[in-house]
Amino acid sequence: MKIYRTARTAMTALGRNPMRALLTTLGIVIGVGAVIAMMEIGTGSSAAIQKTIATMGANVLLVVPGTAASGGVSFGAGSVTTLTPQDGEAILRDSPAVRNVAPIVRARTQVVYGNRNWVPQQMLGTTAAFLDIRDWTSLAEGDAFTERDVLNANKVCLIGQTLARELFQGESPVGKEIRVKNVSFRVVGVLGAKGANMMGSDQDDILLTPWTTLKYRVTGSTLSNPNQSAAGSTSSSVNTLNKLYPGEAPELYPKQSETQAANTPLPVRFANIDQLLTAARSPEDIPAAIEQISEILRERHRIRDGQPDDFTIRDMTEMTNTLTSTTRLMTNLLLCVAMISLVVGGVGIMNIMLVSVTERTREIGLRMAVGARARDILRQFLVEAVVLCLVGGAAGILVGHGGSRLVEVLLRWPVATSLPAIAAAVLVSASVGIIFGFYPAWKASRLDPIDALRYE
Amino acid sequence: MELIELRNVYKTYQLGDIAVPVLKGVSLTVARGELVALMGTSGSGKSTLMNILGCLDRPTSGEYWLDGEEVSVFSADQRALLRNRKFGFVFQNFNLLPRTTALDNVAMPLSYTAGHLSERQARKQARKVLEEVGLEDRLDHEPSQLSGGQQQRVAIARALVNHPPLIFADEPTGNLDSHTSAEVLRMFQQLNEQAGITIIIVTHDALVAKHAQRIIRIHDGLIVEGAYAAGAQAAARRAGSAPAPADSRGA
Repeated sequence: MKIYRTARTAMTALGRNPMRALLTTLGIVIGVGAVIAMMEIGTGSSAAIQKTIATMGANVLLVVPGTAASGGVSFGAGSVTTLTPQDGEAILRDSPAVRNVAPIVRARTQVVYGNRNWVPQQMLGTTAAFLDIRDWTSLAEGDAFTERDVLNANKVCLIGQTLARELFQGESPVGKEIRVKNVSFRVVGVLGAKGANMMGSDQDDILLTPWTTLKYRVTGSTLSNPNQSAAGSTSSSVNTLNKLYPGEAPELYPKQSETQAANTPLPVRFANIDQLLTAARSPEDIPAAIEQISEILRERHRIRDGQPDDFTIRDMTEMTNTLTSTTRLMTNLLLCVAMISLVVGGVGIMNIMLVSVTERTREIGLRMAVGARARDILRQFLVEAVVLCLVGGAAGILVGHGGSRLVEVLLRWPVATSLPAIAAAVLVSASVGIIFGFYPAWKASRLDPIDALRYE
Repeated sequence: MELIELRNVYKTYQLGDIAVPVLKGVSLTVARGELVALMGTSGSGKSTLMNILGCLDRPTSGEYWLDGEEVSVFSADQRALLRNRKFGFVFQNFNLLPRTTALDNVAMPLSYTAGHLSERQARKQARKVLEEVGLEDRLDHEPSQLSGGQQQRVAIARALVNHPPLIFADEPTGNLDSHTSAEVLRMFQQLNEQAGITIIIVTHDALVAKHAQRIIRIHDGLIVEGAYAAGAQAAARRAGSAPAPADSRGA
């Protein structure tokens, strides 16, 4: 009741000089508007970046084999093949922080359907777990291949949207046969659209088959390097495990005599794969997953303490962190600029309130004469300043929100409505009102009623 | 007990190192229901005395008893409350809030009377008082749209809105022409006679002072004439009986 009346008195007092009140408020409007717009654009960009990273496969850890080196010459990551599908199974079994593992075999070659052909950017041999890890379980058409397809090296494949468009041109690809290196594959499903990744490469330009099929039926050897032209040189000049499976038509399993099996307690490397794609249970589990994976792999690969790993674990969170911290930095920077304009707005309010106190000295004297206590006067002027700031803040929220919408529509920047920003803006504008309104209000309340009444 | 009793009040202003005595031992009484004029030349201390009587200022020494309470020891907040409840002020320059309607001007003191009145009640009360001073058709007019006499009547309505027992009028006719002056003074007389409100008018104009029942003259910080309410008058009022012979009331 009382606060309502005070607020009403303040409104009336402000209404006596609407132009001045408007101009005073403008500072706060701009300040709060800037804060809101900055926050919305900042959170929007940050959310967009996180979403992009999520479509690339949240929590993904990529295990790639280490490098081969000869006479001090290194051949780069993946030039030795040390990973096996069994490594992946062991990781899935023994590492509690890992949600799923998919082996990956890569190839790059031509795909033919009818009189059309295309070279997909990615031709991956994997298991159905790949789709789970990459958050790609929603298929546009058909079904994913199964564990049985992997075991039997069935000639089935999933194709991405781009590939489907290039080869089939609007026809439904499901059930059709396509040829990869003269091997005929039946298309069992079409992947949902995923679009380009952060770096702009098209993720839909992809062909997925069971890794066994790609390895044994198509490429015939592990591709230590997806660029097939380089494969020969590394295998001939460097003593790598590439030698293990030479030739175009390897056996599915290496021949072993009974004696051999008994004499080699080591797990036999049935097959090598190019990469292991693993997913941690959550972003927080990523460090634990890295530790567990390297422990398991070092043990399985019999690497002594002090010896370097023969594999590398690549970690997407590094990228995520870099990008989000960049966004946060930008948001904070913009916030600082916006805060400065809020402070300028606050000083404007203080200035006007001081003028107002001087101008209304007689009114203050009169109010004191008819029974206003010092604290009533203090409250009245404080409420006036706060009302100015809150009205300015409300207008600022609208202006800022409208501004960010405009940015969204015109510049196509991602924005996100940020409730904390709105709450903060209201809080900040109220505190600006109190902080910068206090001095003039205090000055008004210190006036002597006799002097104030006689003030000319 | 009189409504107002000053006992040996001194007021000294400190201007740098020099002490300037303005009131030099003032004692006076005002009885309930009196219409008193406080006269003196400028510099005589009448404004200071007025401020002390109106509880806008405190005496340097001496006692001020109002209605049985010693108000000279009150704190600033207590005096503010006292002014709100017991006093009405009318000023020479009206002191109305600019760009504010007559109704809002009159209702203004009510906003400090600890919200026992709702907004609507407050406005109703303000309207009633404005009707009493004959401005029922000027409720929504702003001071700039009113004549001097009307403005002063708004100021009187504002002084009356809390139903105070006492009204201080500081040169109420100083800015008015003689015709309006007479009107305003007649209004004071009416209020005094019909509502029994005690009125103290500060003036240097003998014509104004003529309307009062008693004239207190102050000169050089001392009361020179009419300091005390007539004892018989006061006694008569206490007994609630017929007015004393000197009283012009009761007509």
